[in-house]
Amino acid sequence: MAALLQATDLRKHFTNVTAVDGVSFALEAGTCFGLLGPNGAGKTTTVEMLEGITPLDGGEIRYRGRLVDAAFRNDAGIMFQSTALQDFITVREALQMFGQFYPRTTPIEQLVEQCSLGEFLDRDTRKLSGGQRQRVLLAMALVNDPRVVFLDEPTTGLDPQARRNFWALVHDIKARGKTILLTTHYMEEAYELCDDIAIMDRGRIIAQGPPRALLKEYFEDVVLQLPLSDFPQGANQLPAGATVREGTVEILSRDLNQTVADLLARGVSLAGLQIRPRSLEDLFLALTGKALRQ
Amino acid sequence: MSWRRFYAVLVARNREFIRDRAALGWNILFPVLIVAGFAFAFSGKPPDQYKVGVYTASQDPAAMLDQAARHQPFFRTEYIQFIPLTNLATAITKVERHQLDMLYDLDRQRYWINSQSAKGYLLERVLHGAGPPAAGATPSRETVSGREIRYVDWVISGVLGMNMMFSALFGVGYVIVRYRKNGVLKRLHATPLTALEFLAAQVVSRLWLILAITGGVYVGANLFIDFSMFGSYWNLLLVATLGAISMISLSLMVAARVRSEELAGGLLNVLSWPMMFLSEVWFSLEGAHPLMRQLAEIFPLTHVTSAARAIMLDGAGLWDITPQLATLALMSLVFLVLGSRLFRWQ
Repeated sequence: MAALLQATDLRKHFTNVTAVDGVSFALEAGTCFGLLGPNGAGKTTTVEMLEGITPLDGGEIRYRGRLVDAAFRNDAGIMFQSTALQDFITVREALQMFGQFYPRTTPIEQLVEQCSLGEFLDRDTRKLSGGQRQRVLLAMALVNDPRVVFLDEPTTGLDPQARRNFWALVHDIKARGKTILLTTHYMEEAYELCDDIAIMDRGRIIAQGPPRALLKEYFEDVVLQLPLSDFPQGANQLPAGATVREGTVEILSRDLNQTVADLLARGVSLAGLQIRPRSLEDLFLALTGKALRQ
Repeated sequence: MSWRRFYAVLVARNREFIRDRAALGWNILFPVLIVAGFAFAFSGKPPDQYKVGVYTASQDPAAMLDQAARHQPFFRTEYIQFIPLTNLATAITKVERHQLDMLYDLDRQRYWINSQSAKGYLLERVLHGAGPPAAGATPSRETVSGREIRYVDWVISGVLGMNMMFSALFGVGYVIVRYRKNGVLKRLHATPLTALEFLAAQVVSRLWLILAITGGVYVGANLFIDFSMFGSYWNLLLVATLGAISMISLSLMVAARVRSEELAGGLLNVLSWPMMFLSEVWFSLEGAHPLMRQLAEIFPLTHVTSAARAIMLDGAGLWDITPQLATLALMSLVFLVLGSRLFRWQ
């Protein structure tokens, strides 16, 4: 299948800093692509180059096989990481204003239903909660019935409940056939929403592929977690390769049956045992040697 | 240029300004307060131009002054304020400090003036009489009558122009910098909206607000003060329109790239304060150093006040104010072109 949006060898330099250093990837129509990485990895600069608001120092971007031009803005819906809305206007008025910028628009009623704006549609934009504000910004990104939606860290600063509500909205957008480019530093968000991801660090992509396939490619083990207090002789009794973090022992295992048998042989209680698969957070740690939110 | 997008931004900006009651109220209240202050200060009988202290050791100096006025014509001279005094030493000190232009001692028929005071010199000439005209050159007395041009008539165009200047500079430049700083411009940049459409909407939005507010203040102030207007209201509207456009454009140029509200505030103050003092808002630069007069010419407000005064006080027609109109039009063009070329969304 031909890529809807293709970025090739993107480069961006600021004074004394290379923000993006040869990034390439492709977005297939109707999929959600995630750009992951810590703060300063170059995600936002990459996305802003794709959106056309930051000029490229190198590389090219093609939309439907053609180099992007000003007309691409009619097909792009954009939700920035942080955006202020004009003061003293209501949500409805803001949506109406943005709607008038485009030749093709989504009816406001549809946006209201899709993003659950009904209860604060006529409220001054200064009086919205964080979650409400993000829903309004998402509605503004959808106001032109875009084919490609850019969501730059859309859930940063939201509480877990609001974040999960927002994920439901993104699932809904995807179900309507939109193509989504999402940047985030929440690994569980990428795992939940993205069909394909690229992990960025220091302006480069260091791993790329579907999340499950990436984990399978890099890891063949699972993680067993047990409270240190369940080991009768404490830290002196740990199996080889086990680590202790904040009172919890983590054991990597390629053979779960063998590891459990070994623990029972040591007299370890399994009452507090938890088994989890490897996560994207583990992958990032393995690839870069540092935690994602450092 | 899409008129649909231009109109959308224009409506949003108008809503923002009109609903911001503090900003709207201040834009209306500020010139009203200034004009009302002048109206109060200049209401009633105009103040006397000269002050003469009249000393007497009598228990009732006012009665002594009345009695003197019956016998000596000098004490009946108009536009001189005669002030009865009983402390001679204090009164002499006041003459030394130019607080009194002359001191007259009724008891001993003597007077004091400050040798460095022009007013004292003139009062002395009045006291003695300037002397008869030279033989064969007796001038005949002619009289004219007409409405007095008060200071308030002179200053009203400056005050209204000054209010237009503040509204244009801070109401556009400052707002654009705020939009840039908090990301509103970045979000607009991500849409098909062009810089020309955005800037044109800002100019038009502020222009009609300035004209509406200035017109309202003019009408309201005129009800209280009844200031002079000898020219055409259409010409005055033309001056106000071109003046507002030039100052809005100047503001756009200043705000074209600035990201910090503090820097924008500083730059706008650097422009507005010299304009307030050099553009003949409060006082005339007649007789000032030529360099200062030339410097004043670079400010649009100078040409606004000059043209408005010519219309209001001298009844100047369109031809008479053509130089000012042409200058304002040229300034507007230059500022707009530079402002739009330098403009950055981020």
